[in-house]
Amino acid sequence: MRIKAVALRILNQIRHDKRTVGIIVVAPLLILTIVYFILDSGDSGYDIGIIKAPDHFVETLEDNEDVDVKVSYYDSALAEKAIKDGEITAAIYIPDNENDLADYTDIEVLIDGTDASKASRIKALITVAAAEAIKKDIPVPVSFAEPEIETDYIYGSDDWSLFDNYGAPMIGIIIFFLVFLIAGINFLGERTSGTLQKLLSTPIRRGEIITGYALGFSVLAVLQSSIVTFFVIYVLKMPLEGSIWLVLIVNLVTAMCALTLGMLLSTLANSEFQMVQFIPLVILPQIFLCGLFELSGGWEIAGYFMPLYYTTDALTEVMLHGNGLSEIYIDLIILVSLSTVFMAANSLLLKKQRSV
Amino acid sequence: MENCIRLDNINKSFGKKQVLFDVSLKIPKGCIFGLLGPSGCGKTTSVKIMAGILKQDSGSAYIMGGLMPDLSLMAQMGYMAQSAALYPTLSAYENLKFFGSVYGFKGHVLVERIDKVTDLVGLTHELKKTVSAYSEGMKQRLSLAIALLPDPKVLLLDEPTVGIDPVLRKSIWKELYYLSDQGVTILVTTHVMDEAGKCHRLAMMREGVFLAEGTPSEIIEKSGAKTIEDAFIYFGRGGGSDED
Repeated sequence: MRIKAVALRILNQIRHDKRTVGIIVVAPLLILTIVYFILDSGDSGYDIGIIKAPDHFVETLEDNEDVDVKVSYYDSALAEKAIKDGEITAAIYIPDNENDLADYTDIEVLIDGTDASKASRIKALITVAAAEAIKKDIPVPVSFAEPEIETDYIYGSDDWSLFDNYGAPMIGIIIFFLVFLIAGINFLGERTSGTLQKLLSTPIRRGEIITGYALGFSVLAVLQSSIVTFFVIYVLKMPLEGSIWLVLIVNLVTAMCALTLGMLLSTLANSEFQMVQFIPLVILPQIFLCGLFELSGGWEIAGYFMPLYYTTDALTEVMLHGNGLSEIYIDLIILVSLSTVFMAANSLLLKKQRSV
Repeated sequence: MENCIRLDNINKSFGKKQVLFDVSLKIPKGCIFGLLGPSGCGKTTSVKIMAGILKQDSGSAYIMGGLMPDLSLMAQMGYMAQSAALYPTLSAYENLKFFGSVYGFKGHVLVERIDKVTDLVGLTHELKKTVSAYSEGMKQRLSLAIALLPDPKVLLLDEPTVGIDPVLRKSIWKELYYLSDQGVTILVTTHVMDEAGKCHRLAMMREGVFLAEGTPSEIIEKSGAKTIEDAFIYFGRGGGSDED
């Protein structure tokens, strides 16, 4: 009854606050769309300059069926400038040997190594093209045992982009981040405006305040998780191997965890600004350790202490691996337990003000 | 007479600064009791301890014979904080409805209570407005209305008439007298001397101790001064303070 009153009040407050509603609804969609375009278009093509190379080498380079390679010819003097200007990423020089044939053992490559992974992909492209070209150069047909790889994807498929890989954890991160901030700042406002004290002077129990808050914000969390989930799956066409309902449940549990943690930490802050200071302390480490990036042993253990680690794991299992509840129930249990612990701790902290 | 509010040897410090020194107080039932003193003297701290929303370091607070804090006692108490503790993004009606349901009212009883208290503070026609659009005086009146919502047996009002115009102030005092006739015990803090004179009984407070306590006329008489203000200065010196 009192819990319901608190929850309804929260919803009323949010309803009146159009900005917060906007941020909850629009911000995640905006961020995810940007991330989608960045990660999805990252591998679109390579601009490679040719200073000197035999035609059949250039043809093999251009004919790559997986990536789009654009080739242009440069004078050796201008190639370096073209790389510095960003016109091309690499320039290739293949000298002739004493027989006036291309000497593939002495290929010189100028490369922009700013993006290390891009540079190494280009180097691989050049190596493959050179190997192909050598085969054609050899006049006598030699019987090669041509390697043939047949790929069976256990998870994923050959048309998955980088976004499809990073997208799942991103959903969790964005929901966690926004709910954490909004719930934390809201509860902080309750303290700084004196309404929490006023509320404590009524016969409401401490637990009822916390539970009411959690309930009110979880309605908001349902709204946000649904919007985000439907958006990434139906608009951004992220692969969804498992059930959409499980995705929703994971997102909701994540939001619960974020809101209870936000409320708890807001008791340590004295102003909205101090609440924002928790972003580098609480949010950023979680982003790095949640499993979005591959971690070495020790750091992976650190990830076990991050709520987002379990969200990432659960979302990956459901969305990318197509697994069901049996693979993620431990993640869910951990997230729900963490939320309960955060709520209990918050209720205990209120005890400093009123012992009943 | 039966004591409705009782403080026994209360000490309270914030960090290293002690704000209440072994404070004891007895307020009889149905009395309008004024707590008079400059800002920072410990008035608000005392009221919060009575209201059960601040823990004293030592000593006990009793309301209607029961040890505070106690939820069943709190259900019969109205507390009005010094700064209007309202939800600014909500309408006045939504504020009232929320606190009303926290006190356990619902349905038509809740609506009746809201009608009653808003009529009392003259806000009946302003209820749809968002609180952030309210003037300071209106916020103060709304806070008072919320304190009156539970039909309290004990009212704790921390500077209730700050920012309220004289006409309304008069009508609020009229209501306080009415409530006190009904047996409601009312504690009012103030730093306005002429308001102190309207209380049945008065305690003068300074730097965490009570200087004097009695009816306004008793206090004036004891000090040999003509006004409450002079009496306050007299007791302030007599209390061994270092004021020149």
